[in-house]
Amino acid sequence: MERQAAYNYDVVRQFAVMTVVWGIVGMLVGVVIAAQLIWPDLNFGVPWLSYGRLRPLHTNAVIFAFGGSALFATSYYAVQRTCHVRLFGDGLAAFTFWGWQAVIVLAAVTLPLGLTTGKEYAELEWPIDILITLVWVSYAVVFFGTLAKRKVPHIYVANWFFGGFILTVALLHVVNSMEIPAGWFKSYSVYAGVQDAMVQWWYGHNAVGFFLTAGFLGMMYYFVPKQAGRPIYSYRLSIVHFWALIFTYMWAGPHHLHYTALPDWAQSLGMLFSLILLAPSWGGMINGVMTLSGAWHKLRTDPILKFLITALSFYGMSTFEGPMMSIKTVNALSHYTDWTIGHVHSGALGWVAMISIGSLYYLIPRLFGRTEMHSVRLITLHFWVSTIGVVLYIASMWIAGVMQGLMWRAANADGTLTYSFAETVKAMYPYYGIRLLGGVLFFSGMLIMAYNVWKTIAGRKPVDTAIPAVAAAHG
Amino acid sequence: MDINDIRSLVTVLAFLSFVGIVAWAYSGKRKAGFDAAARLPLDEEDSEINSGAQR
Repeated sequence: MERQAAYNYDVVRQFAVMTVVWGIVGMLVGVVIAAQLIWPDLNFGVPWLSYGRLRPLHTNAVIFAFGGSALFATSYYAVQRTCHVRLFGDGLAAFTFWGWQAVIVLAAVTLPLGLTTGKEYAELEWPIDILITLVWVSYAVVFFGTLAKRKVPHIYVANWFFGGFILTVALLHVVNSMEIPAGWFKSYSVYAGVQDAMVQWWYGHNAVGFFLTAGFLGMMYYFVPKQAGRPIYSYRLSIVHFWALIFTYMWAGPHHLHYTALPDWAQSLGMLFSLILLAPSWGGMINGVMTLSGAWHKLRTDPILKFLITALSFYGMSTFEGPMMSIKTVNALSHYTDWTIGHVHSGALGWVAMISIGSLYYLIPRLFGRTEMHSVRLITLHFWVSTIGVVLYIASMWIAGVMQGLMWRAANADGTLTYSFAETVKAMYPYYGIRLLGGVLFFSGMLIMAYNVWKTIAGRKPVDTAIPAVAAAHG
Repeated sequence: MDINDIRSLVTVLAFLSFVGIVAWAYSGKRKAGFDAAARLPLDEEDSEINSGAQR
């Protein structure tokens, strides 16, 4: 068959399989550092295994390696299928795969060595930053090139979300990574003082807003209708959802800098826009969940839909919690405590990982000429193991965080602090234990998934789907 | 004009353009087009999966 007559599934297959691999690696590192918080000796006195070096490795691995690979796989799949054309630039698409894997491997080498810029979620040193830029620009060319040669007049909403995510992440990465090299492994940011902090959290919050939200919403808008067999609840709402998110997310970053040297008005602005964000977030969640309206019974039997809809529920929970935590008076209690860690994992495990896992269970068999995973029962098992894992994780961190905040601020009548810092650390032990258990459960779920994926694809030939000869007429 | 006037103006224009987008999305004559667009991912049958290029 002629090359152009089939969709490019090669790169989708590569990224889909690596999503599972990096998910396991990243979550394993998470389990290790959760254990280190209970038993500090688990670093074995080896500097490379110390908490401070493994923690950025964990965040980079789960966000950029696991989440990133999932986004590449699903965006490349959805854009081809909704545009009725083969991906633009086979070679360039292959470069995005190998380039992105190279970035991940370089991160896995440099971070344990202690080579870091010290910017959260942007720790990688400048030579790697340049490679990321090259890969990302290639990603944009492949994605928008595919949109440009589409055979379907309308650009489906999932592609708007993927496109918004790709453009914004390019902007965020380039602006926040402006640095002056001082040797191959060291650089200094061009920003200083409070400007540096503001640029960093403009980046950091929008990494959440565009990498971890807009991209995965693109996934939601394609795979939820696909798995439910029904069109999205309201297409008009999806358009308003997109633009509302684009207009507001950019301004919410200052809520990471409450009660710092950042000017008060900027803090209040960040808080206000964070509160406004509740509206588009919940609009999008309702749009996804209501897609099942009239077909709720499917949730009872279909574990893939369970994953997708539970992901949306966690999205709703964490996007309610986020605006609440951005209120200055609440933030005064929650900031710097484990409540923040709980909030992040409600979004990262509950929303990002679950929507990715659900989408992959839909996607992977179809890349190998099958319509279903090897075992549907194992998907159900994975669903329950990971759901219980997330709930244990976030509930323990809520309790731990609120307790920390209250203990830190408790004062005696004479104004001295009621608790020493060590006392607050000691109070965390049981909750760190429960968190570790939750993490281990979620990690075990990924192992179940890996086994199921292996059984689904082992011995199977990769199958590419033919592009429909006549494009459907859509206005 | 003060820089802050321009800042206020941009904020107002951004808000108005958002209101415009909402009005555009919800105008009655676009309903049929959007309903068709919403079916885009579904119009491709999964049964075609095995008709693809086997290698």
